[in-house]
Amino acid sequence: MKSLRLLWIPCVLAIVLLAVWWWLGHRRPAAAANEDPAVAAMLKDPAVIAQGKYLALAGDCVSCHTAQGGQPYAGGRALPTPFGSIPAPNITPDPDTGLGRWRFDDFWRALHTGVGHDGELLYPAFSYTAFTKVTHDDALAIFAYLQSLPPVRQARQPLGLRFPYNVRSALAAWRTVYFKPGVYRPDSRQSAAWNRGAYLVQGLGHCNECHAARDLWGGVSAPAPLSGGQIPAQDWYAPDLSTQANGALHGWSAQDIVDLLKTGQSAKGVALGPMADIVANSTQHLSDDDLQAIAQYLQSLPSRPQAAVAPAAFDSKPLADRGEDIYTHRCMDCHGRNGEGVAGVYPPLDGNVSVLEPTGINAMRAVLLGGFAPVTATNARPYSMPPFAQQLNDADVAAVVSYIRQAWSNRAPLVLERDVIKYRRTPTD
Amino acid sequence: MPVQPSLATKWILSLVLLLWAATALADQPSIPDTLQQRIAACTSCHGTHGEGSPGDGFFPRLAGKPAAYLALQLQNFQRGLRKYAPMEYTVRQLSPAYMHEIADYFAAQQVPYERKPVPALAPAMLQRGQQLVTSGDPSLQVPPCQACHGKQLTGTEPSVPGLVGLPYDYLSAQLGSWRTGTRASAASDCMATIANRLTPADITAVAAWLASHEVPPDTHPQPAGSITPPLHCGVLETRGGGA
Repeated sequence: MKSLRLLWIPCVLAIVLLAVWWWLGHRRPAAAANEDPAVAAMLKDPAVIAQGKYLALAGDCVSCHTAQGGQPYAGGRALPTPFGSIPAPNITPDPDTGLGRWRFDDFWRALHTGVGHDGELLYPAFSYTAFTKVTHDDALAIFAYLQSLPPVRQARQPLGLRFPYNVRSALAAWRTVYFKPGVYRPDSRQSAAWNRGAYLVQGLGHCNECHAARDLWGGVSAPAPLSGGQIPAQDWYAPDLSTQANGALHGWSAQDIVDLLKTGQSAKGVALGPMADIVANSTQHLSDDDLQAIAQYLQSLPSRPQAAVAPAAFDSKPLADRGEDIYTHRCMDCHGRNGEGVAGVYPPLDGNVSVLEPTGINAMRAVLLGGFAPVTATNARPYSMPPFAQQLNDADVAAVVSYIRQAWSNRAPLVLERDVIKYRRTPTD
Repeated sequence: MPVQPSLATKWILSLVLLLWAATALADQPSIPDTLQQRIAACTSCHGTHGEGSPGDGFFPRLAGKPAAYLALQLQNFQRGLRKYAPMEYTVRQLSPAYMHEIADYFAAQQVPYERKPVPALAPAMLQRGQQLVTSGDPSLQVPPCQACHGKQLTGTEPSVPGLVGLPYDYLSAQLGSWRTGTRASAASDCMATIANRLTPADITAVAAWLASHEVPPDTHPQPAGSITPPLHCGVLETRGGGA
């Protein structure tokens, strides 16, 4: 029995060690020193704040850091991931629940290295994998703008991640695989506009966070940047952005890209799903120069390998016939007999990137959900499409989407009834 | 001296222009530049004139409801006060100006009401429904529906909706939503209070009586300021409320 009684020694030792470890991990830094006077002056400079506002729009910070119906930037939106949900924090300058006690150095460390105010590793739902490319000056301007917002008191929501993903220290391993800190380095062989476009797309715009495939661990592991990928947990497909041979935007001119980002629609198609929100909240506010720069950069993305479309493993004629019949009665009046659309009003479906993306998710959801084109300054009263979720069953949706994906010049794989079932749920986030 | 074109030349020129315009138009389906055309996402469920879905279909009538009420509902869907995923998705991005324009469109529509099918209920049940609508139930502290929704139940300008001509399913679903918090209004939310004082059987009774109630000849909402709310109602106290 004596040996058992002595067990208290290792137990107490373990508790003491845990307490020390916890204290080391959670102690607050010594009372925040005052901001460096030069930095403090810049944080109050209206020109810097205005620049920061523009950059915050370019980064679309508001989309994640605002809850449905909530105050802008006050956080509270739970970002869905395959590992559980992650609440976006309050980034207004409220001292207790927001960034009120942050100095610029804290902000820079979060944005550039993905490390929080108290030294904790941040979950990469906050896209520091892209924001690390943002320059020090731009980060300072964004921080100045955020600090100029009216403070909103809104406590942080609890983390909705499941075990083991809620163990923050595991992020250290994740970061060694997927995260490479470093400000954007201009390519001297390219023009200033190209470099500006690359900086916006790779950095603040964090386009690659959606427009590239993610692996089992939620890291971007696509063979090439911006080559398209399914958005986990949100169930939309963010298409490949190459305009070269076999690229999903093949045939898009620079003006088409600018039009879509500025107005929400171009001669080639309409932004839908999460991209519609991004156009409305972010890209429509960018200057024409920046939009042209983005277009120039995207147009330089390389050509893609040709994707082989496997022939259907069954006789698809009955499916296509049924789809054509539905198309003729429900779609043709707006999208045209040959899927040509109506210029400036309804998008063409022949060659449309949302129709042709590899999974068929976007086309299925467009048919089920319908909805308005993005509301932008240049298109304040957009036309809309009826939702067909109430009118068409899963087999009908599969038929019409399959027909559209193979009609005219379109050659994309069929979708099946069982695919439609998966995406019938209406997303509200 | 300038050469005057002959009359024949003028005629030929006009004819050529006319033909050219006609062929140019025939190339593309002609899409009218009207609000009605723009809001196909709304009218495919609620009807071209907001008449609601036919028969016992779920989608409520919008035609003739007070414009401010309709605009407020769009805003509530946007802010998540009213929970109904297809509506939340559809309106999530609309600007306040566009939502007001859409609300004005439906408020201005005048289309005949349709008699809605209702479940077969015992006469005592319908009597209970009528009692709640016209006199309320003091023992449950439930005021009559007529107190706010108008003597003729056609609503009160600018923000109290009419209750006539709505499907049974929609009416009972709304009262249920107020109990579960999936429909809410500005605090204090008097409809939530009332819905929670009703029994489940009362909800069936009142929804069935309203859905089977004859629509009055004049379906216009009562004028603003014509009601004294029996409960403290946040929505009626904001600017432009019904009280």
